[in-house]
Amino acid sequence: MEYRLHTPLAQQEILRLRAGDRVLLTGTVYTARDAAHQRLIACLDQGAPLPFPLSDSVIYYAGPTPEAPDQVIGSAGPTTSGRMDSYTPRLLEQGLRVMIGKGDRSPAVRESIRRWGAVYLAAPGGAGALLAACVENVRLICWEDLGCEAIRELQVRDMPLLVAIDSEGQDLYTEGPAAYLSHRDEK
Amino acid sequence: MRTLDEKKISELVARLCIQANRQLPEDVIRALEAAERAEPWPSAQQSLSLLRENLDAARQRCLPICQDTGFTCVFARLGQDLHILGNFYEAIQEGVRQGYQRGFLRKSVVSDPLRRINTDDNTPAAVHVELVPGDQLHITVLPKGFGSENMSRLAMLKPADGLEGVRRFVLETVRAAGANPCPPIVVGLGIGGTFDQVAALAKQALLLPLDQSNPDPFYAALEAELLREINQLGIGPQGFGGQITALGLRILTLPTHVAGLPVAVNISCHVCRRASGIL
Repeated sequence: MEYRLHTPLAQQEILRLRAGDRVLLTGTVYTARDAAHQRLIACLDQGAPLPFPLSDSVIYYAGPTPEAPDQVIGSAGPTTSGRMDSYTPRLLEQGLRVMIGKGDRSPAVRESIRRWGAVYLAAPGGAGALLAACVENVRLICWEDLGCEAIRELQVRDMPLLVAIDSEGQDLYTEGPAAYLSHRDEK
Repeated sequence: MRTLDEKKISELVARLCIQANRQLPEDVIRALEAAERAEPWPSAQQSLSLLRENLDAARQRCLPICQDTGFTCVFARLGQDLHILGNFYEAIQEGVRQGYQRGFLRKSVVSDPLRRINTDDNTPAAVHVELVPGDQLHITVLPKGFGSENMSRLAMLKPADGLEGVRRFVLETVRAAGANPCPPIVVGLGIGGTFDQVAALAKQALLLPLDQSNPDPFYAALEAELLREINQLGIGPQGFGGQITALGLRILTLPTHVAGLPVAVNISCHVCRRASGIL
């Protein structure tokens, strides 16, 4: 299936997504990767306010290149999501429901996605120039000292994504290769 | 004796940093095109055509191909009859600084592995220098992305493990890497030498053209065989299944100790960047 979705995503919209579905996403996403995740968790530990609300938000594991004067953003593809695995269950527990990145997740994250009815979407890895064209506006939210790892709010239009792990815990990173191999070996 | 001003070195390094990040080498582009023709699985073919579109977008919009513009690895072959006016190593670092600033490339280096403060100019680069006959300076810049660097591995195998042990280690490494290094990948395989040498060999193997093979027929056959086996794993482009898991595999070897069989696998993503110049 292919869906055009707008943020914030309704719970029902998230629940009907199945691993392998294509999504064109329009709306607001927040970039956060390794160092920003560490600080988000520190905020939770200290009971400090978060720089953006986790509920109804989309986190994009990305650290774009700096924009040239005539550009909105530089190259802006996904980074490896697995490095955020140790932080993710805590954020899901706090209301996060949509993550965008690339690469597979730990069994704990998969289980957590299932438990909270969340979804993990994959953006094409190593296609940052193409993805930059989907970004219409960028605003620095906080932690500028982290450079490319600062949290930025991106307005995206028709960002091309694939459902990698759905709310039932189905995982395209295991099912995709298995489907290809069984098709190949039948021949 | 020929002399060369340090400024010329900085200028060249800066230009190569920008070029490498915006445009893939011809052999890698051809390998991607061939992969798209060879891929039988429709969704995998779609992923590959997206990568071609991305290369076009990078060229047209003067953007880096990937937002991870890498840890800068600089390989210099310095003619022993060339006299450099100024500080050779600092000239290279200055070139990286200028290139990453001028080219709007991402600064991805932290000054300390545990305290992690960004240096804000992508220095220091890793500099490898080889002293060679002549009076020229050859420089190659390889901006190394860390999604794939993180999936690279090194093993000190036993001589008894032999060819089969090397084969198993390569396949295990690629299988464990899965979708993380942005397949289709390029594999640099180092075999032999010492613990430190074998890692450098694997990285240098990533500098070799994908449309050539090892001059030693034994290793040329091994390159072809390992590539064929990797492309039977089913990981596929982006790790969503398919035939093309790797675009190429190159091997470099060194003599080693009677007691050892060091092996290193350095993985590159499909954005296998390198740019070279001569002064």
